[in-house]
Amino acid sequence: MSIIKGAKARAQGLAMGALAKAVALAPDSWIPGSTPDPLIRRRSGHTGKPMSRLDGPLKVAGQARFAAEIALPGMAYAALAHATIAKGRITALDTAAAEAAPGVVLVMTYRNAPRLQRPPVFMSSAKAAWGDDLPILQDDQVRWNGQPIAVVVAETQEQADHAASLVTAIYAEEPAATAFAEAKSKGSSPGSFMMQPLHNESGDAEKALAAAHFRVDATYTTPRHNHNAIELHGLTCAWEADGTLRIHDASQMVAHEAWTLARIFGLAEEKVVVTSPFVGGGFGGKGLWQHQVLAAAAAKLAERPVRLLLPREGVYRLVGGRAQTEQRVALGADANGRLTALIHTGFTAKPPASAMPEPFIVPTRSAYAAGAMLLDVQVVEVDGLSNTFMRAPGEAVGTFAVECAIDELAEVAGIDPIELRIRNEPDKDPVSGLPFSGRNLVEAYRLGAERFGWDRRSPAPRSRREGEWWVGMGCATGTYPYYRMPGGAARITLTAEGATVDIAAHEMGMGTATAATQVAADRLGLDPAAITFNYGDSTLPGTVMAGGSQQTASIGASVVAAHRALVAELVKLAGNDSPIAGAKPDELSCRDAGLCRADNEAAYESYASILARANRPSITVEATPSMPFEMMHWSMHSHSAMFAEVRVNAVTGEIRVSRFLGSFDCGRILNSKTAASQFRGGIIMGLGLALMEETQFDARTGRIMNPSLAEYHLPVHLDVPDIEVIWTDIPDPHTPMGARGIGEIGITGTGAAVANAVYNAVGKRVRDLPITLDKLL
Amino acid sequence: MTPFTYARADAPDAAVRLGEGGARFLGGGTNLIDLMRERVEAPGALVDVSGLSQAIEETAEGSLLIGAGVRNTALAEHGLVRTRYPLVTRAIVAGASAQIRNMATVGGNLMQRTRCTYFYDVEGSRCNKRSPGEGCDARGGFNRIHAILGASEACVATHPSDLCVALAALDAVVHVEGAGGARTIPFGNFHLLPGETPDRETALEPGELIKAVELPPLPIAAHSRYRKVRDRASYAFALISVAAALRVEGGKVAEVRLALGGVAHRPWRAHAAEAALVGAPASEASFLAAADAELVGAVPLRDNAFKIELARRTIAAVLSDLSEAGA
Repeated sequence: MSIIKGAKARAQGLAMGALAKAVALAPDSWIPGSTPDPLIRRRSGHTGKPMSRLDGPLKVAGQARFAAEIALPGMAYAALAHATIAKGRITALDTAAAEAAPGVVLVMTYRNAPRLQRPPVFMSSAKAAWGDDLPILQDDQVRWNGQPIAVVVAETQEQADHAASLVTAIYAEEPAATAFAEAKSKGSSPGSFMMQPLHNESGDAEKALAAAHFRVDATYTTPRHNHNAIELHGLTCAWEADGTLRIHDASQMVAHEAWTLARIFGLAEEKVVVTSPFVGGGFGGKGLWQHQVLAAAAAKLAERPVRLLLPREGVYRLVGGRAQTEQRVALGADANGRLTALIHTGFTAKPPASAMPEPFIVPTRSAYAAGAMLLDVQVVEVDGLSNTFMRAPGEAVGTFAVECAIDELAEVAGIDPIELRIRNEPDKDPVSGLPFSGRNLVEAYRLGAERFGWDRRSPAPRSRREGEWWVGMGCATGTYPYYRMPGGAARITLTAEGATVDIAAHEMGMGTATAATQVAADRLGLDPAAITFNYGDSTLPGTVMAGGSQQTASIGASVVAAHRALVAELVKLAGNDSPIAGAKPDELSCRDAGLCRADNEAAYESYASILARANRPSITVEATPSMPFEMMHWSMHSHSAMFAEVRVNAVTGEIRVSRFLGSFDCGRILNSKTAASQFRGGIIMGLGLALMEETQFDARTGRIMNPSLAEYHLPVHLDVPDIEVIWTDIPDPHTPMGARGIGEIGITGTGAAVANAVYNAVGKRVRDLPITLDKLL
Repeated sequence: MTPFTYARADAPDAAVRLGEGGARFLGGGTNLIDLMRERVEAPGALVDVSGLSQAIEETAEGSLLIGAGVRNTALAEHGLVRTRYPLVTRAIVAGASAQIRNMATVGGNLMQRTRCTYFYDVEGSRCNKRSPGEGCDARGGFNRIHAILGASEACVATHPSDLCVALAALDAVVHVEGAGGARTIPFGNFHLLPGETPDRETALEPGELIKAVELPPLPIAAHSRYRKVRDRASYAFALISVAAALRVEGGKVAEVRLALGGVAHRPWRAHAAEAALVGAPASEASFLAAADAELVGAVPLRDNAFKIELARRTIAAVLSDLSEAGA
């Protein structure tokens, strides 16, 4: 990071810090969430029920149309050619053979691409959504191995693919920093994330560590990971007659995307429309990458609609993943196992232009009460494709290091690992000093330990053997914060038949649309069948990113705000003859497709009756929720107690996870069916993180060598045991619906639970992910 | 994919005729089509021979003659294969996925090409197998899955087939036909070591077609195992695999067959280990000593030294298992 950028980030951090302090000290009543959402009390409605996905039948029947399945009249197909060096300049680019190939419409390179603005980096503006600010096909520079150097547009996909293979380039290579150790030896700079420095310090942790009764001090390393959503990144786009750029995309941020693309193409925001009704998995990877811009630019040049679907290798070359980390965790404890020192520091690698250092200390900030604490992330600059958010960035790999260290300390101190964690439960946030909005980790451990049979675990490794297999058990804490980002908004249209809720939100397979429908039904007193939830369209209200596990909170708060406006409007329309006449919105409840007084349910009038009397077919309201100051007033985090049983083969070192249980404390669960799938999916991804996921980044060339699902290993069915998920279901009194997001927490803690179980099985600590069999031989 | 022509032939002579001039024979397409998509292979012509014999017949001499068009699933499920050569069944079901096994043919299985990631990376990496003489990026790169035996300066790739490891242990015979007529190739001579010409992988002459694979009668094979060690529970290539058959008499090894996968450019028949075992006590110490005799010449690369110990342990475990199960 440059000095100027560093200073700017620090200044922003200070401003945020000052605001945070003011909000922390404000009276509760000024803060959103100070009055519990009335829906928390209602336990008899649709919220929480295991409702099946509303889009399930469409998907099962193959009728859900994904972005690269939309057919537009006159559409052409695009394919990319990629650079094969890490850094340098293109000295010759030969496109003649590609241009002459059958079916080719055009070949676009930096020489003929439309002139484009550089992308705005996220957090630089409310709707900015790019991970770096590198130019897109605008010059002869190569900035990473895999960068697109040409776009071929042809009549068929096969013709485009073939022609793209005929593009040849000659390069003048420049020295690139591609090896982590070498880059690290050249120095590092302080990391910052979400405008906050990745550094926290209280007391003298090194001194406390040196004086501690019990001590552990070790280094943990985690490799690069790549995004592998089932649905490949792809889009179909067209420039319409009025100059509108219409994009059918696979996106977890349609409104951000429309604004950002408008900036890049120099258009008014409303001239870019992005729709994304179905997304086959996002995980942080379905943001903006070069392919959307390249397809739109090619469509402009070709004056035809264009479809660009990246092949799997293309996703590896174009879409960043999780960055590599090297973390030190040192713990000191007194004779009773109470932490006197907690040190979590280390390094992460990222390219100079990337705005995203992997923030692995974030989960540690609120994890344990410790006498002295030192948390720090240093950034090492390595040339390559910009890294990005990948399910629980920070938490996924940060909890691996810290929760393994806690297990190591438990052994040194001779204390059960769960008991050790309970002894170090903080009563307020250890870094911010804020009260917790809801923290029931101990209860999650109690429920999980009983259900899993933790009492059957022997604390001594190599205690249980079944045939060729050593069997071990381990546990770890998972955690993820409650987020609600600014930008939420919702529109409700009420008719005599039901209601339509419009929000520019996203359904990526997790069940958002279903849960939102359940909640809206309860809030409006309607049957879910009477609710239409529209989403995945940048022209709808709101700038709601499906990221940070915040979408449900953002939708919830937006609907709360719109509902309030709707009730006020209905009271006005109802007039003096209604049983609800003169009531304030807070004095009313919704039931049976109408409004009643909260303290007298008999005083009721139906929506149909109110609308008919007012002679209105429908009413429409739109509202924006308050800023998410609750996040600065309370320490808001979900937790989980993760339990793994693994078997390690005594001959070969092969590892099989034979049982897994996740016990979650995530506030109120809104849909027990889709939530269970979310939790399980996160855990499965965590099993991959623990045992097999690793991007083979060849440091000689900066090239990813395993860009395929055959060679980049993810868990297959046989690697996934029965996974039991349970939850406390204790509502958070300060969040909409009492819920906290659940999209990411499943992957956190999982890696450490597996690693700790491996240790319990065979007595070997593997601190370098993934835990492959060669590390156990 | 580079444009190509397609023709279909259901009889060997027609296939050979159509294949003249550099066509590639296409079986189930589970490897060749992938390689064409990745542009590792760009044949101008394909001759689809998946319609060749799908019969599994017993010959007068007591061999099993397996048509080149037999699908892997059918071979694994065949009653005589399961009883006489159970290691063949086990090797097949240890590989790929059910869907792929349903498509893959026996002939195609013999022609599988390495999973070396540098071999696959046409645009960005050097590979002597793909482009003879340009160099090998695997030797100094990611080579966890690469060879420890029989490699050369030019190439450190491994053969990926599971079935072929079992066939190597069984002394199978490959029946081929070319423009010059029909001939047979002993399985041990079919796949080649890389040497200076890693682009040449089999003993097939240009245009020669695999018609059938013959499993000779081998009573010991009824007591056999195939064990595959890999990085996940399913759908991964072998780090090490062991195909073995064993007969013990009076506490001593009377007869043994042993072959290894994941260690070399070809399925590796462990002749040195077999020689060390015959007449030796059927004990874990003998099994480990035999493994050592085979692996004495093993040369590790940057990432794969673990394979030597893994192979040693797995060989001993499989032989112990066979020995204890009543050889």
